[in-house]
Amino acid sequence: MTIASTTELICFLVLSVTLVAGSLGVVLLPNIVYSAFLLGGVFLSVAGLYLLLNASFVAAAQVLVYVGAVNVLILFAIMLVNKKETLAAIPGLLLRRVLSGAVCAGLFALLLRVSFTTDWALPGPTPVGEEATIRIGEHLFSDYLLPFELASVLLLMAMIGAIVLARRDVFSSDVITGEPVDQGLIEKARTPLLLEKPALEKTS
Amino acid sequence: MQTFVVVTPGLDLQASFLDLLDDFGVSQGLAHLLWLPLPMLTVLVSAVVGVLVNVWLERKISAAVQQRIGPEYAGALGILQPLADGLKLLFKEDIIPAKADGLLFTLGPVLVLVPVILSWLVVPFGQNLLISNVGVGVFLWIALSSIQPIGLLMSGYSSNNKYSLLGGLRAAAQSISYEIPLALSVLAIVMMSNSLSTVDIVNQQSGAGIFSWNIWRQPVGFVIFWICVLAECERLPFDLPEAEEELVAGYQTEYAGMKFALFYLGSYINLVLSALLVSVLYLGGWGFPIPVEWLAGLLGQSVDAPLVQVITGSLGIVMTVLKAYLLVFFAILLRWTVPRVRIDQLLDLGWKFLLPVALVNLLVTAALKLAFPGAFGG
Repeated sequence: MTIASTTELICFLVLSVTLVAGSLGVVLLPNIVYSAFLLGGVFLSVAGLYLLLNASFVAAAQVLVYVGAVNVLILFAIMLVNKKETLAAIPGLLLRRVLSGAVCAGLFALLLRVSFTTDWALPGPTPVGEEATIRIGEHLFSDYLLPFELASVLLLMAMIGAIVLARRDVFSSDVITGEPVDQGLIEKARTPLLLEKPALEKTS
Repeated sequence: MQTFVVVTPGLDLQASFLDLLDDFGVSQGLAHLLWLPLPMLTVLVSAVVGVLVNVWLERKISAAVQQRIGPEYAGALGILQPLADGLKLLFKEDIIPAKADGLLFTLGPVLVLVPVILSWLVVPFGQNLLISNVGVGVFLWIALSSIQPIGLLMSGYSSNNKYSLLGGLRAAAQSISYEIPLALSVLAIVMMSNSLSTVDIVNQQSGAGIFSWNIWRQPVGFVIFWICVLAECERLPFDLPEAEEELVAGYQTEYAGMKFALFYLGSYINLVLSALLVSVLYLGGWGFPIPVEWLAGLLGQSVDAPLVQVITGSLGIVMTVLKAYLLVFFAILLRWTVPRVRIDQLLDLGWKFLLPVALVNLLVTAALKLAFPGAFGG
């Protein structure tokens, strides 16, 4: 066994262990902030696995998109909406946990079966290495053009939706409740979106 | 311009080192293993020394701007002052606030520093004088710098301090919004040089000395990149995350001792790294204003002669560092002369001005590349 292959094996083992342990932590930890930070670690170790597969461009894109954008967005959401409130006890929590655990175990068993019954082509196709960037570009503009464009349309829709939600002052009345919107406030503390109409109006 | 490019192998220390060990009868694999830590340690040490120089420059230049003398007694002209600062931070008590989250509090500064140091992987000081000529080059730097906001959020959150949290959120918002115009201006350069690799980008600018530098072909991109880099480094006029009048010191408020020093180190290493990358992307990297091949030809020397290789290699390192430190000087001068912008002005500048201008710059570059493939890299 050469030095290169030994290093590769050690890297693979370390990355896999961090990946599995990190994902378990994301699901099982009660503190949501820890889960979010661990998710970043999981994304990073996936990027490491891509690097081991000689896909450096995909690895860098994984770090940029998942760690730099998605995970930061999640952290932002958690930190800005970190309300200290005690959640009401959910009835039948134990039963729910057992059921979801059973579903996950079933999925895991299915995946295990698939991975053991499939004839994996070993060794796999030779990695293209540095050429990958060009290859990905060619694919995106030829046979994967439609998914690429659809994804951009989806992002555009999400962006317009976010703008509409953030600038609620463009409407003169609330979409759902029909109440006139306070134009002075762009961001309102408690919007009457899903609340009942206050009892004040009945008496007056 | 592509036709003029003469790529000489230049100084290749790795090949010489491996040959040397091969003569001693050391196996190829072991020689490679022995070589690996050398460039990493060299770059790490030079990065830290660069920070010391930077701190000294900052103190001296700020003093000159404010008509003071600045550090004077520690060594000649106060050059030992940064060392004294570093030692002071090293010996300070390491405090973790009582209600803070100890684990995240410790991990935060590390997550801020490590990506910055990793990014030195792609900074070239010569044709073969870099740790690794990875194909994704500048993209790796952009990806790594996007990890930093997580460290900032982490330290801001775990300090259990409202100023820290606000500072951390501001830092992350700033870093995200300036990453987009930054990436777009880098994309224009990449489009011209047909490669993401930093070495290829410099080689593409090496045809006609100073006239082939990217700054002439990408003046708008250069300005956008410089502004974004300052914002990413949280330098004044964009140092909102640690605006002391509003936020005490932002996410650094609760930090003391070595953990604070890690932030300090990270921000200065980042400044030097950014200056180096500006010089690589826009100012010809290790290139001398007059092509060295031409100079060597004038003196009747072959570029491949060992002595000439050593001289051109050293000249390349000196040029890279000189350009970078000129930019650092400019950044320090900016810091001590320009007032801080407000957070809304900062976000307005990023999203409503720099982003559209960077997009237009990208489109114009693409059009020029199609129209004049000779001058804009066909």
